[in-house]
Amino acid sequence: MAYLELNNVSKSFAEMSAVEDFELTVEQGELVSFLGPSGCGKTTTLRMIAGFEIPTAGKIKLDGEDLTTKPPNQRQVGMVFQSYALFPNMTVAQNIGFGLRIARRPKAEIESRTAEMLELIHMSDFAKRYPYQLSGGQQQRVALARALSIQPRVLLLDEPLSALDAKIRVELRSEIRRIQQQLGITTIYVTHDQEEALSLSDRIVVMSAGRMEQVGTPFEIYNYPKTSFVASFVGTLNQLRCIVADAGDGALAFDGQTIRVAGPIEQPSGGRALMMLRPEELRLGDQGGENRLSGTVQSVTFLGAIVRVRVLLGESTLTLDLLNERTLRLPQVGQQETLSFPPHACWVMAEG
Amino acid sequence: MRRRNRRDARFARPGGPYRRRDLLGLLPFVAFVTLFLLLPASTLVLGAFQGDGGRFTLEHVAGLSQRFILEGYRNSIQVSVVTALIGGAFGFLLAYAVTLGELPTFVRGTVITFAGVASNFAGVPLAFAFISTLGRTGIVTGFVKDLGIDLYKQGFDLYTFAGLSLTYLYFQFPLMILIMAPALDGLKREWREASENLGATVTQYWRHVALPILLPSILGSMVLLFGNAFGAYATAFALTGGTLDLVTIMIGAQIRGNVLYDPGLGYALAVGMIVIMAFSIGLYSLLQRRSERWLR
Amino acid sequence: MKRRRLWPLFWLSLGAVYFFLPLVATTDFSLRAQRGTLSLLAYQRVLQDSQFVSSFLFSLRMALFTILFGVLLIVPTAYWVHLRLPHLRPLIELLTLLPFVVPVIVLVFGLIRIYSRPPLLMTTTPATTDLLLVGGYLVVALPYLYRSIDVGLRAVDIRSLTEAAQSLGAGWGTILMRVVFPNLRTAALTGALLTLAIVIGELTLAQYLARPAFGPYMNLLGKNRAYEPAALSIMSFALTWAAMGTIYWMTRGQQAQIGGGH
Repeated sequence: MAYLELNNVSKSFAEMSAVEDFELTVEQGELVSFLGPSGCGKTTTLRMIAGFEIPTAGKIKLDGEDLTTKPPNQRQVGMVFQSYALFPNMTVAQNIGFGLRIARRPKAEIESRTAEMLELIHMSDFAKRYPYQLSGGQQQRVALARALSIQPRVLLLDEPLSALDAKIRVELRSEIRRIQQQLGITTIYVTHDQEEALSLSDRIVVMSAGRMEQVGTPFEIYNYPKTSFVASFVGTLNQLRCIVADAGDGALAFDGQTIRVAGPIEQPSGGRALMMLRPEELRLGDQGGENRLSGTVQSVTFLGAIVRVRVLLGESTLTLDLLNERTLRLPQVGQQETLSFPPHACWVMAEG
Repeated sequence: MRRRNRRDARFARPGGPYRRRDLLGLLPFVAFVTLFLLLPASTLVLGAFQGDGGRFTLEHVAGLSQRFILEGYRNSIQVSVVTALIGGAFGFLLAYAVTLGELPTFVRGTVITFAGVASNFAGVPLAFAFISTLGRTGIVTGFVKDLGIDLYKQGFDLYTFAGLSLTYLYFQFPLMILIMAPALDGLKREWREASENLGATVTQYWRHVALPILLPSILGSMVLLFGNAFGAYATAFALTGGTLDLVTIMIGAQIRGNVLYDPGLGYALAVGMIVIMAFSIGLYSLLQRRSERWLR
Repeated sequence: MKRRRLWPLFWLSLGAVYFFLPLVATTDFSLRAQRGTLSLLAYQRVLQDSQFVSSFLFSLRMALFTILFGVLLIVPTAYWVHLRLPHLRPLIELLTLLPFVVPVIVLVFGLIRIYSRPPLLMTTTPATTDLLLVGGYLVVALPYLYRSIDVGLRAVDIRSLTEAAQSLGAGWGTILMRVVFPNLRTAALTGALLTLAIVIGELTLAQYLARPAFGPYMNLLGKNRAYEPAALSIMSFALTWAAMGTIYWMTRGQQAQIGGGH
């Protein structure tokens, strides 16, 4: 039996359905991300686990216990909010010790646990500061420590890094992961930032319009997306409109050329389909694999570690990502180039 | 190419170091405030310390220690404190009911508008309204009399300090509501959720988080209510025609040259009033700034 | 969940009783001028009283002048502070808080002392006394009027608008007429309505400066009549309600309208 289970959880507000049929099992110590655009229901689902919303249908079980209608202050889950929500009238130490004070723990215990938490977030010198004296990143670390100090069974994070600068975001997210792994605490992480989700998670739940699109490891989500939403939401995606030349043989026709895919195609021969391909799987020149396409270079953008080349083929464009090298020969705009890739790099999905 | 408009507003370019000249722009405003506020106030202050022949004297200020003057201050302070405390407490509850009480949305709009009206209703119309209600021939007095209870025989009298306080509350409650409603809005929902998440009950949340955060605002508002009542004149005058012993009424009497015509005393009274009001407003500003730091 | 609503409803009901009782009682009282029956006699008498009309119109005139001078004084000042002297904002805000430090009765005392003797003699003719009166009213209304305009300027970020207009070659006149004033319509109207409410019922200044305003008229009536004051009270309330209601409707409840003058 999994540690945290959500069975057929649904939530609607008046006429609108915010979450439908959410089904998930989480093992102890796992970090699972809920990833999706605004309004997809990820925060609502998180709030149901926290107890701030009651599901209209379904059950939530934690360690065997049915949590579905339990009040939020009895659930022993820790929550970190997007806006930090530190109590402004208390110092950092008092904020962190709040949960234990409420639980009437002895003073010595509160003090030692607070010190422990401050050590964990590397902010031991800040004990007597007030929230308004701290930067955003520091406030969020304190919020994390505060949530962890009550030793919750599950840690919930609601877009904790959205309000922070890009550089702090990257630093802090690896901090969060380090702490999570060190403590071995089961964690649910809500975000709309796919880079965050991919880099932090053991598994990702991609959501859209209240429904789960796919659950899987970051590798699976990225390389083997099950729906076109997941494919286009995560990472950059090339999509080519093709005709299925031979479904059983795995052949597509594009602009007079043949593209081979690995394995048979679901869509019927003669019908239309989308060929999907990640930019990094394409190579310039003809050494990259069996499939060859040629077109005109439209733009070359130097992004530092990556060089992004857009190539025009007929009416479609393909994006190609090259790894930077000091001796790299940058393609010229307007030049004809050949692109190549192996059959197993691409996959086929239905149109629409 | 468009020809440059010779009259383009050079000074309209904001930012950059300001020139001394720019202060000239404030002249009309400063002149007005000086002529109609600072000058009158300072002339009173001067007058309070000026004896015959223009010499400096403290005898007017000393005159404030006369028994009936001290009575007046005591009465004014008493009414102000009472209406500040009751107005503050119940006003807070009303503000809470309207913001966090989870009532239908139209309730808040109606109450806030009404609060704006009621806080402006002070003065003569308010006095008349209460006379019509609880005066000797008022409707409620009569109604209760028909039920067998004679209010005035029982000791109630609208034309006393108790009655005045009751009347003052009509604009004290709304003032409290109008100040506290935005402050209560400033209580972030996440604070309550965070505290619940950490195991606190609603009561514990209010005790440890919400009330401490709101305290500067509540105290500041009560101080403002105090000042508001202390400086009120028209309502008291319209209610009793000047028979009540309040500092404002006494100043009015001095202006008209009634009773003991002692201009110096009048000035001293006025200065005493200014000092108390300045202290109140100062304290209010301080507390307001503290609360803004948390409730931004 | 329902239990949470019980206490708020209770407090509001209590509040409603306290606030409506006087209104209901006063309305009732005002309808009893004619013995034995409910009638609008008191209202009729008031409306037909020539003094009512003249004093109301007088106060209305004073209010309009106050608003006019107020807007002409405050809008450019507030604009200038926003534009060129933003660091002086705290000082100006302090100045606008000063009227609270000097209650009206003290203010009128000082005004009389200075302006009723040479060299600044203003109390000899009605015209100059009215000017003094308007000045006094403006001082009382200043905090509210300034705040309305200030909030309005902040809401439209007048600095950026001015910069944009200037970069497009606009001169002073254009900027003031086409950029500043139009964007302040709501704020100015709000301030104007507040000032109107304050001035119409004002008693202290008018009484001690001996001008025939609405406040002293009401007070005088209260001394001599029984039912007419109640009628006046209701009419005054209705007028204030109209003003505040308009403000609230215009600003969609964005500005808290704290009143003044008691």
